[in-house]
Amino acid sequence: MRHLLSTGDLSRDEATLVLDTAAELAQVSGRSVKKLPTLRGRTVVNLFYEDSTRTRTSFELAAKRLSADVINFSAKGSSVSKGESLKDTALTLQAMGADGVVVRHPASGAAHRLAGWVDGAVLNAGDGTHEHPTQALLDAYTMRARTGRVEGLRVAVVGDVLHSRVARSNVLLLHTLGAEVTLVAPPTLMPVSVHTWPCAVSYDLDAVLPKTDVVMLLRVQAERMQNAFFPTAREYSRRYGLDRDRLARLPDHAIVMHPGPMVRGMEISAEVADSARSTISEQVANGVSVRMAALYLLLGGS
Amino acid sequence: MCARKRAESDAEASPAADPTAPGAQTARTVLDGPEIQRALTRIAHEVLERTKGAHDVTLLGIPSRGVPLARRLAERVEQVEGRAVPWGSLDITMYRDDLRLAPARALGRTEIPPQGVDGRVVVLVDDVLFSGRTVRAALDALNDIGRPRAVQLAILVDRGHRELPIRADYVGKNLPTSLRESVDVRLAELDGRDAVLLGPARPRPGEEDDR
Amino acid sequence: MTHSSAAHLIRGARLTGRDPADILIRDGVIAEVGPGLSAPDARVVEADGLIALPGLVDLHTHLREPGREDAETVASGARAAAAGGYTAVHAMANTDPVADTAGVVEQVWRLGRESGHCDVQPVGAVTRGLAGERLAELGAMAESAAAVRVFSDDGMCVSDPLLMRRALEYVKAFDGVVAQHAQDPRLTEGAQMNEGVVSDRLGLAGWPAVAEEAIIARDCLLTEHVGSRLHVCHVSTKGSVQILRWAKSRGCDVTAEVTPHHLLLTDDLAESYDPIYKVNPPLRTAEDVQALREALADGTIDCVATDHAPHPAEAKETEWATAAMGMLGLETALSIVQHTMVDTGLLDWAGVAERMSAAPARIGRLSGHGRPIAPGEPANVTLYEADTAWEVDPAALASKSANTPYRGMRLPGRVTATFLRGTPTVLDGKIQ
Ligand SMILES: [Zn+2]
Repeated sequence: MRHLLSTGDLSRDEATLVLDTAAELAQVSGRSVKKLPTLRGRTVVNLFYEDSTRTRTSFELAAKRLSADVINFSAKGSSVSKGESLKDTALTLQAMGADGVVVRHPASGAAHRLAGWVDGAVLNAGDGTHEHPTQALLDAYTMRARTGRVEGLRVAVVGDVLHSRVARSNVLLLHTLGAEVTLVAPPTLMPVSVHTWPCAVSYDLDAVLPKTDVVMLLRVQAERMQNAFFPTAREYSRRYGLDRDRLARLPDHAIVMHPGPMVRGMEISAEVADSARSTISEQVANGVSVRMAALYLLLGGS
Repeated sequence: MCARKRAESDAEASPAADPTAPGAQTARTVLDGPEIQRALTRIAHEVLERTKGAHDVTLLGIPSRGVPLARRLAERVEQVEGRAVPWGSLDITMYRDDLRLAPARALGRTEIPPQGVDGRVVVLVDDVLFSGRTVRAALDALNDIGRPRAVQLAILVDRGHRELPIRADYVGKNLPTSLRESVDVRLAELDGRDAVLLGPARPRPGEEDDR
Repeated sequence: MTHSSAAHLIRGARLTGRDPADILIRDGVIAEVGPGLSAPDARVVEADGLIALPGLVDLHTHLREPGREDAETVASGARAAAAGGYTAVHAMANTDPVADTAGVVEQVWRLGRESGHCDVQPVGAVTRGLAGERLAELGAMAESAAAVRVFSDDGMCVSDPLLMRRALEYVKAFDGVVAQHAQDPRLTEGAQMNEGVVSDRLGLAGWPAVAEEAIIARDCLLTEHVGSRLHVCHVSTKGSVQILRWAKSRGCDVTAEVTPHHLLLTDDLAESYDPIYKVNPPLRTAEDVQALREALADGTIDCVATDHAPHPAEAKETEWATAAMGMLGLETALSIVQHTMVDTGLLDWAGVAERMSAAPARIGRLSGHGRPIAPGEPANVTLYEADTAWEVDPAALASKSANTPYRGMRLPGRVTATFLRGTPTVLDGKIQ
């Protein structure tokens, strides 16, 4: 594999390799010298067409820990915002000799297009409502670190599945790794063909929770109300938000995950977000290790 | 994501060990199981002697086959002195100088004993000393982990052909070889039996391994 | 056009695929048809093994002039049409300025005349500026030199049911037809591709079949109610076919077209995220394709229309969501129809002549086109070699644009000659 565009492209062995590699690389952040020489002399471009300080910083840190040169090419204040096409930008990156391009873009498929225009490896850091592979990998990593396995885990993914790149990447990856995924959302926020996806579907969160090892909450944007996806934030939160009462329905060992940024009070109550069940801060730390692993595996060899 | 599996890269060394594989006829055993055991026992004694009782010694094996060797050495030292010697593993993949010559490799494990390496006498342990590049990478890796008081090198087989100014402090067997030959170390923990085999070199494209 | 006034004797062509005959063309009309004709003054066109079809008529072409002459002009589009075997095309109204006045439609019509490669019949907009708010001056366009009979907001749907009703009623006065681009705008806000398994996987906003079908159903009922004439542009779904079949069975005066690309291509092509496959209406599923082929064969769908939609390279060399919708069609249409309809046994060459010439001419009220190849008829003739194949090279097309989804594909059949009122616009496969 030359690029990381979709978790659907990863075989079980490849996905496991990323997680294993990340587990080894996680040690680096505990050392006094938090750096490996592996990607010395390699150039990684962070090409971000959407504001995402969290993801960009995570990739930047990951690349720097591997000693790569990192160029941040953000949409603001560059030719990108002046209407330069993605292709022209790609040709510029090509001319700069970018060995790897980390791309975040509001259009689904932008990473695929970019991969056709540059020689370097393309890492999809989120493309529209399509995929966000490293997020899914770090989620799987976090599940494995917390529970010791991914295979056979019962994972409920709750929220705006329709518009979620995190949900798409997670369904594909978790299925590959042998987890049992149940998507939970109001029917309006489910894709019409969701029954063809390798997962179960439910509209009833309360019924799903007792049979769940991992609850993954997706961000729900309040502006979805304007398109009648649900009547009010209050009703959404009442039916699908994770609060203390719902937390109590979970088995004792179950964990609560959120890809961030959270809308506290909407899909998750502050109390739940800050509880010991929550892996939210671990997810951030694990993100760096998983991205180091992805960068190493794509750029570290010939 | 075309990382080569660790098991796979080790498997490259297996034809000589497999009597049914081509080339098996020409590989010959240069150290058998008991000889390996005796060599390790001798090294353990030398370590004790040179480090005056191995009080500050930490043994770090280089994956894959350096790790069981480090563990065996630690066991022998403990048998003699009645005191546990910290041992662990130090993966050098991320420090290799030939990474770009092959697809990305799967990482080995790095497990540093809780005492750390600062102020310790670290004995690096590997199966074969060849070009010296693995040891060079190990020294770099060690440098990023801490500051040992001294670093020594224990090797089961030294086959010569050094490309860097590196030598072993403890050697199980000096084995003069030609570059057209390969040295394969089999260990019971990984391969089911102990042996050191000398056979014809197999092409290892883009790989300069210390074998 | 050196042979414009010359007589031509086409020797041995199979008329709409039947027995070989000679065709003598003189003074812009077909003088004689029959075996063993001779005319010493005529230039002989050897047509042994070729199929003679009445010149093709396209009900749905985007020529981009005025406004986007970088993508296509009336002249370049007319050359592309001739190369594809067409002798008349209907130029859609979504130009800049919009063809919503007598002035603009006459300009387009005149440019077509000047080009000489193909008759260019302007389509008038239904509503001013295609805004869907107020009717354009339909009567003025009908009475202009361009004698507009087809009215369409194509690209936009006349979604307001009251406005659609009024338009259907109003055009009755001059035997006009409203050609509807059936797309419910609310159901397709931000839509990128057919809604289904592929769109869900790709994370591209879905374009549900019902957005097309609901409008078609409504418009058929409106048409029946007011006793007018409706034409449905680029039918793309199985459900639409079923609704049309039902409406026709009730006696509704509705006609419909299908594009070549909807007869062949499916939505899974979007998996490449290459917007060369982005088109409006979107490519649908294999099941839809099959239903469309059957509907074209049984006459539920009356004709093939290209929806030729040229775009400059930069409009397609981009991410999917920002790319322009549409694909070239004029120069590949006949080959695609052969591939999907003739070679599959669904249609014979007489059927092709009906679906690609006679029916569209009838719907567009073009009296000089779509006529049989018979003495006294205007000499609009296309010679086609079915037993050959060619590889589509976008750069080799006559269109100014290169956005063909068939790039690199081997297609059957080639147009070897096109005669427009006796004048060869294509001869020996070359545009004259
Ligand atoms: Zn249209």
